Amino acid sequence: MSEVAPRIAVVVFPGSNDDRDAAWALTALGAESRLVWHAEDELPEVDAVVLPGGFSYGDYLRCGAIARFSPAMKAVTAFANEGGLVLGICNGFQILCEAGLLPGLLRPNASLEFVCADVHIRVERADTPFSSRCEVGQELVIPVKHGEGCYHAPDDLDDDQIVFRYAEGANPNGSERDIAGVISANGNVLGLMPHPEHAVDPLLGSGDGALVLASLVDAARERLYTRA
Amino acid sequence: MRATVLVRPKAGILDPQGEAVESSLRQLGFPVGEARVGRVIDLDVRAATAEEARGEIERMCERLLANPLIESYEIEVAE
Repeated sequence: MSEVAPRIAVVVFPGSNDDRDAAWALTALGAESRLVWHAEDELPEVDAVVLPGGFSYGDYLRCGAIARFSPAMKAVTAFANEGGLVLGICNGFQILCEAGLLPGLLRPNASLEFVCADVHIRVERADTPFSSRCEVGQELVIPVKHGEGCYHAPDDLDDDQIVFRYAEGANPNGSERDIAGVISANGNVLGLMPHPEHAVDPLLGSGDGALVLASLVDAARERLYTRA
Repeated sequence: MRATVLVRPKAGILDPQGEAVESSLRQLGFPVGEARVGRVIDLDVRAATAEEARGEIERMCERLLANPLIESYEIEVAE
């Protein structure tokens, strides 16, 4: 079946290092990905945006605290406020929290150690643009690699906003309520610490991340048809 | 005008860095209680009065220097 490829921007900050993996994975899953440099103050015409992992601006001050003020983030914020789909992975999640597009924030791991491991996460919601290819209760194996992934949830965080949780006993960083991924109240912005772009081929240990990214590609494709 | 901003983890917020410092100090034989780790930012601010400088730095803290969800801050302006 030949379908039109939705366009997905991957924003590249100084210090991003998973941008190319994200772009590669999205392309492999049927999207047309575009790398967008952080100094751009406009996004190309796209159906979704991904903020990749890495160490934007050296993680100075707090992770994501400086990146949120970059020109590209102004455009991403406007895109999100209009209902555009935005996925933040790891450092991208940290940036979305600092930008106020997602509730809470990420703090140094409770262990104070950098953690690099495959983790099991449980899907809590399968009715979002980022998890439609999953099933509620399904466990995915996706790697994490971060020093600051301990999610601090605001007191009023709704359970409905938790899309992914670390499986029982698998919380790698001390995140409150075992939260691995949260979605905005209006459901168009998601951040998660695990790296789906590093798990799109069983040859590399797991293909489960493809379920997350392919869900996004599906949702972006729907937007494309709406836009056209 | 010289100013110093002290940013601290809010009371009740888990501070793993502080805990690590605390346990290291104990291992060295210092009988310390709780330790908390924050950061210091020295600034040179252009302002006519200390009050103006303080207001400006408060805005800096709210926007960038501290995350009010988990951090509190104190501002000292040198006259």
